[in-house]
Amino acid sequence: MTQVTTTPAAGAAGTAGDGVMVRAEQVHKSFGPVEVLKGIDLEVRSGEVCCLLGPSGSGKSTFLRCINHLEKINAGRIRVDGDLIGYRERGGKLHEMREKEIAAQRRAIGMVFQRFNLFPHMTALQNVAEAPVLTGRERKGAARDRAAALLQRVGLGDKLGNYPGQLSGGQQQRVAIARALAMQPKLMLFDEPTSALDPELVGEVLDVMKDLARDGMTMIVVTHEIGFAREVGDSLVFMDDGVVVESGPPREVIANPRHDRTKAFLAKVL
Amino acid sequence: MSLETDTTERARPEPIQAVPVRHPGRWVAVAVIGVLVAMFVHLLVTNKAFNWAFMVDEMFRPPIMEGLRGTLALTVLAMVIGVSLGVVVAIMRLSENPILRGVSWAYTWFFRAVPRLVLAILFGNLGILWARIEFGLPFDRQIGALFGVDDFEARLFGFSALEILTGFVAGMLALGLSEAAYMAEIVRAGIQSVDEGQTEAAQALGLSRTQILRRIVLPQAMRVIIPPTGNETIAMLKDTSLVAFVPVSTELFFQLKAVGNRTFQVFPMYVAACLWYLLLTSVLLVGQYYLERHFSKGFGKSAQAKIRLRGITAEAGGSASEAGR
Ligand SMILES: Nc1ncnc2c1ncn2[C@@H]1O[C@H](COP(=O)(O)OP(=O)(O)O)[C@@H](O)[C@H]1O
Ligand SMILES: [Mg+2]
Repeated sequence: MTQVTTTPAAGAAGTAGDGVMVRAEQVHKSFGPVEVLKGIDLEVRSGEVCCLLGPSGSGKSTFLRCINHLEKINAGRIRVDGDLIGYRERGGKLHEMREKEIAAQRRAIGMVFQRFNLFPHMTALQNVAEAPVLTGRERKGAARDRAAALLQRVGLGDKLGNYPGQLSGGQQQRVAIARALAMQPKLMLFDEPTSALDPELVGEVLDVMKDLARDGMTMIVVTHEIGFAREVGDSLVFMDDGVVVESGPPREVIANPRHDRTKAFLAKVL
Repeated sequence: MSLETDTTERARPEPIQAVPVRHPGRWVAVAVIGVLVAMFVHLLVTNKAFNWAFMVDEMFRPPIMEGLRGTLALTVLAMVIGVSLGVVVAIMRLSENPILRGVSWAYTWFFRAVPRLVLAILFGNLGILWARIEFGLPFDRQIGALFGVDDFEARLFGFSALEILTGFVAGMLALGLSEAAYMAEIVRAGIQSVDEGQTEAAQALGLSRTQILRRIVLPQAMRVIIPPTGNETIAMLKDTSLVAFVPVSTELFFQLKAVGNRTFQVFPMYVAACLWYLLLTSVLLVGQYYLERHFSKGFGKSAQAKIRLRGITAEAGGSASEAGR
């Protein structure tokens, strides 16, 4: 396998001193009158894999989308690598960021969606090379070379010219991961990356994610794959109804859940 | 076990050679259509009013060819105005800014409400409003008066309205601006047909709003936009005949009519007009086919079939809406 660097300076030097990559404090989010996130506190250290579990509708996707400002939060703070997301703090007041600045922040945060969301009018290679070129990060040739290497790394070296419609779900999701990695993010968000896949295709995507975790990538993974959480996760956070019910080392939480809601949920997915 | 050997060893049955169902209705239909076609051909050949020799002789004359060039130029220019302005109006309509949304709505409302023929004649007479068209500081005289300066003028350059608003330009603007209203609706439908997840994925990669529109959303919207745009182009080609009433003389229908009026052979020239428009439209249909094929790249066979289908239904709907124009 070709060695490709994905993290700008993985782990050690990447963070703002204290080694914390994501720090969410009392995050609240409402859609109209409905409060979906009711004060989420969460800390993910650099290089850690944090697995987010919870029943459907508990606000996991919403929280993930708040981290890269696809949703605006109503109260609280989210910091990634020490920087406030979506706002600037000046003289004790919050100022909304301009669209350009938000886009710049998002470039450091990769996201992988449940439904892949590949660009169907572009080949796998173009999907991966597009953003680095458009954002002026790389020239076309260099971007293509690196895109090819990234696709090679996720095991799709022979599918560079395929359109998403010509790939299986598992292959599409691996292209999506390569596409996010192409921006050399310091944080990767995964929103149920294997939930839309046929069971026999889940493994190939999880393998890529494990590989990434071994490389020291900081990851927040919403998943129902308990095995993955136990094996790869450094921390497990259980959410229900917009709050964090409990969190801790995955093995402990899975083996001895303290809250009834966690027990009930685990009983269902295990 | 014995059952399995049975099935494999059993002889392959003879291929079916059944007597096919007869379709007498089809033969009746063929006979009826055959008679009708024969009658029509007989009419074409024997009726003197067609005056084929005269028509063929006249329909390629230099003034007609110039009219043809004018018609093509008018079609292309009006569609260029229509498509580019239509994209702008559609984007305004989808913007978060309520003022832009309102302006876009009003534009579409006005240009869809007024018939193209009326619009074309109106634009041809705009010279009545202004003798000259000038560019500079707006309300310069009023501003001058405010500061006590009489006859203050801040104008950079100008033209005589008659010079600029020739029949051709008036016709082009009338057709183009009206087309923009229809194209805006088509483009809007196209943009809205693109999955929300596409924009989200692009945003998550850190692309800007314009980049997302240009590189991700519009290329995908094209699949939905192209078929009706083809229909609009064909409709536009035919609608250019309206500007004969502005009047615009460098236009196909005007020229054919002129020959007819001059020689008192009106009918053959109308037939010539039919033939010319048939030919031009057929060429456009071929172009449309290749464009559609190009923009359904990466969407597979079934998607392409769906696009064809959509194009056909749009055509059926298009003729109904044309009646209202
Ligand atoms: N854009 C939205 N508008 C209104 N309600 C929403 C929106 N997005 C999510 N919700 C609601 O927020 C709740 C949490 O949704 P989500 O974050 O998707 O949960 P999860 O990912 O844990 O299944 C759900 O009840 C959902 O209906
Ligand atoms: Mg979800």
